[in-house]
Amino acid sequence: MRPDLSSAPPAVAAPILAATGLARAVPLAGGGRRTLFAGVDLAVRPGEVVAIVGESGVGKSTLLNVVAGLDAADAGQVLIGGQDIAALAEPARAALRASALGFVFQAFHVLPHLTLARNVALPCLLAGMNAADALARAEAMLAQVGLDGRGADWPAVLSGGELQRVAIARALVNRPGLVLADEPTGNLDPETAARILDLLLSEARERRAAVLIVTHSDMVAGAADRVLRLSASGLVPA
Amino acid sequence: MHHSANGMAVTGWLMAGEWRAHPVRLGLAVLAIAVGVALGFAVHLVNSAALASFGRAVASVQGRADVAVRARSAAGLDEALYPRLAQLPEVQAISPVVEVPASWGRLARPGSEAKGGRFTLIGVDPLRAMAVTPGLVGISVAGQGGVGSRPNWQADAVWLSPALMRAAGVAPGQDFIITAAGRQARLRIAGRLAGADEAQLAVIDIAEAQWRFGQLGRLHRIDLKLVDGDAAWAVVAAALPADAMLATPEAEATRADALSRAYRVNLGMLALVALLTGGFLVWSAQALAVARRRPQFALLGVLGLPRAGLVRQLLAEGLVLGVAGAALGVALGYGLAVLVVDRFGGDLGGGYFSGARARLAFDTGAALLFGALGLVTALAGSLGPALNAARAAPAQALKGLGDVPDPARRPRAWPGLVMLGLGALAALGPPLWGLPLLGYAAMALLLAGGVALMPALARLLLAPLARKGSAFLPLDLAVRRLWGVPQAAGLALSGIVASTALMVAMAVMVASFRQSVDDWLVAVLPSDLYLHLEGAEAGGLPPADQARLAAVPGLAHVRFQRVLPVRIDPARPAVALMAQGGQASVPIMASTDAATPPGTARALISEPLAWLYGWQVGEVHSLVIGGVPRRLFVAGVWRDYARQWGAIIVPLADYRGFTGDATATEASFDLAPGADPAAVQTALQAALPQAVEGQAQFGRPGEMRRVALTIFDRSFAVTYALEAIAIIIGLIGVATSFSAQVLARLREFGMLRHVGVGRRAILTMLGLEGAGLGLIGALAGLSLGLVMALVLVRVVNPQSFHWTMDLALPGPLLGGLVAALVLCAGGTAVVAGRRALGGRALLAVRADW
Repeated sequence: MRPDLSSAPPAVAAPILAATGLARAVPLAGGGRRTLFAGVDLAVRPGEVVAIVGESGVGKSTLLNVVAGLDAADAGQVLIGGQDIAALAEPARAALRASALGFVFQAFHVLPHLTLARNVALPCLLAGMNAADALARAEAMLAQVGLDGRGADWPAVLSGGELQRVAIARALVNRPGLVLADEPTGNLDPETAARILDLLLSEARERRAAVLIVTHSDMVAGAADRVLRLSASGLVPA
Repeated sequence: MHHSANGMAVTGWLMAGEWRAHPVRLGLAVLAIAVGVALGFAVHLVNSAALASFGRAVASVQGRADVAVRARSAAGLDEALYPRLAQLPEVQAISPVVEVPASWGRLARPGSEAKGGRFTLIGVDPLRAMAVTPGLVGISVAGQGGVGSRPNWQADAVWLSPALMRAAGVAPGQDFIITAAGRQARLRIAGRLAGADEAQLAVIDIAEAQWRFGQLGRLHRIDLKLVDGDAAWAVVAAALPADAMLATPEAEATRADALSRAYRVNLGMLALVALLTGGFLVWSAQALAVARRRPQFALLGVLGLPRAGLVRQLLAEGLVLGVAGAALGVALGYGLAVLVVDRFGGDLGGGYFSGARARLAFDTGAALLFGALGLVTALAGSLGPALNAARAAPAQALKGLGDVPDPARRPRAWPGLVMLGLGALAALGPPLWGLPLLGYAAMALLLAGGVALMPALARLLLAPLARKGSAFLPLDLAVRRLWGVPQAAGLALSGIVASTALMVAMAVMVASFRQSVDDWLVAVLPSDLYLHLEGAEAGGLPPADQARLAAVPGLAHVRFQRVLPVRIDPARPAVALMAQGGQASVPIMASTDAATPPGTARALISEPLAWLYGWQVGEVHSLVIGGVPRRLFVAGVWRDYARQWGAIIVPLADYRGFTGDATATEASFDLAPGADPAAVQTALQAALPQAVEGQAQFGRPGEMRRVALTIFDRSFAVTYALEAIAIIIGLIGVATSFSAQVLARLREFGMLRHVGVGRRAILTMLGLEGAGLGLIGALAGLSLGLVMALVLVRVVNPQSFHWTMDLALPGPLLGGLVAALVLCAGGTAVVAGRRALGGRALLAVRADW
């Protein structure tokens, strides 16, 4: 049975993310396919924080990739800001990611050969902003995540927590409508993890960005507006 | 999609970041392209400088007539032809010319102290020449025997080209002793030739030339100006006797070009091979860099960089590499060309353009062309890895999941096999435009096929070791890694295989050629002492002098020979007609026992002549000797490395019967038992007439062999240099690919150290991997190189130079090469590992990438 979308908190805004009937299976080594998930419906509205939990291997990250247009669903539809992502050509999907989505990963994925400011400015450039404006906005964003004046530093001198701050700054610098976070605190100690989560959510809420987090962490799930559990049969409230 | 300005910013940032982190790799890739471009450009500049000066020299001797009637042989034409042609209405102006090879001073072998030189002595009728070839009319120097600026045609006046004056160190007003056609004359220098700067050239009055140098009644050339139109040409051609032919300046230029074309094309191809090796290096560097940066590219893909943008990014990197390499290469190439022309002269030691001084000029068109080739090489090297990177799924790659090598997947062998097959087919093809282009295509295909086959081959060779396993952990890890990731092994191997194969092919070709030349020298030099008259094409020793030589005590047997150039085709260099007394001492390759047909003379043709003119054993061909076409029966083909444009041996008696020319230009002497060679040589020298003393060169077989091999080695000096460069580029490739792979595997080493594998064991493992790769690469390169050597020996050389050779393997050199490569690959891997393991591996397990 499908979860009732009307169980979501009442909100006036239209969902930034609306997924319906998503299904995904993976090929098995010995032939045949294993269903990761099927019949997934999901709506996330601006400013809302939704956590997805579930066992390892159930397809949480794959669901995130499908939502981002990085992986194709076998069935179903994903609308980002009303646009069907599967209907877009690859360059247009890439452009949509650059302008409308932000990403935070477990591994921080900060490019080691670029300064912090250039790392953060990348999404702005990819969305079409000129380099000077992008760098100015990146410096401002770094200041907001507690790395004021560090734009010229190289990633090699940063701690894990600081690297994740850079990643959050990069995810939010383009003022995306939706931030996709895959185990954003998985590589951090509990204290740092709490601070980073607080930073991510407060910065996102301030910008009315929705956040979709995949996590194993109770702490992270506890901070979300809604928690959904993914299983082979679909997405249900946890 | 991002706009172009922002795209440029992204590209610039990423490029700067990457190159800031790996400047050495960037430098090596640029250098690899630069070396290839530099070699190609330098070889081209030197060749065109040499050819231009040679062409200028030819034009000077020609005096720039519209068209010339030329004698087919050095014996010349009957001067009765001149009035006949002069009467033709199609002939506007006409100038008869005597042209004989001549010398001044004492000619000597290279390295000897004696001073002397060769030049062309031309006799013209000044009033006639004024109208047809004004360049051949001298300018007298006022106050030095001349009358104003008008030519002063006194009986003993000679005009020299500026180049000849410089070479002989003489000035107008001085005496100048000329030796030609076995005679000597003392003339007075009346002035210089205005129109001939480059050529070694002297002009005298035609009657003086005929009288003083034994050419009475003979002409060698008749320069013409014709009325316009092909009809005039046909009328003149129809009026010619058998021993004359029409030659245009174009035909002369073609001949000059043909003289060294194969040599130049071969050098050019070698330079392109160096560029190709550079391309492999760029490809391998880019492929490894892409493999290492895959997660970075994945991140960019997630953040919104489209696939096309990623391809553009990597191509832009290739473009910058290519532009930098091309610019550096053009500059290096020009410097190299200046150095080479200064040190070795225009023929790179090849001996094709003697007497012509090369003037080097920067050739912008060629610079752009070779620069563009470098650029294309760099872009081609980047394209494959770029497309590969764009195909990867970003989400997978970001997690380090995509493209994890799957040991269960077998590497594909068919693309490599197809290319090898195509290469074998191309090797069977004929020459195109007289050049072994399909042979070179065969070598390129074999090389590419061999490299493409490497992963499959590595897997095949390592399978037994991998199945068995080893108790020695570093060896076990090394073997399993090489077996399990053959694509990575293939990448590292491509550089080794390519450079080893090229090195082996070149080394085997040169060794085979040298061995064959040495064997040939032994076969063609059976006598104890040889005499050669240098520059005596127009006439050598008369019979009386021959008899005096034959009567010298201590001689058991004497054979005289008359050698003179004969033209078969005006667009090709002359062939050597060798009239030999007694049994010819040449290595016969094919012959017939059939009786000589009546009315023919028995002839032996050299291998290049058989190639160039298609003459075969048992056939009868016509050749103009003594002004009349004679029928020659081809009784055999002999191996000849001395005369690339062909030679024909006819019996001396037949030649004398045909021509009435009883002179000799060469002689070989067998000594009586117990005779002292030095004493006999002294006695022979004393018996020579004074006029030819300066032209006479005596040689003994051992010394002649040594000189010949020294010249051989010198002319291959450039080849050796290119070979050394190929080795260095190959080793650089090994070093870069190993260091890149070690960097890419830091996480693996970190894990190994965490589970208790010591640093020393990891270094041992790397060393073994390196040595194993080196061994596989060297063996594969050796096999591939031997096949390519076969193509060089059996296809490229015969098609270029028209001679064959026996295959000879330089065993110690090849063995040493394999050992050096194995050591070098192992050593490089350890050095790269030592640098990479300096504490970074432990951190690498938790590092970002």
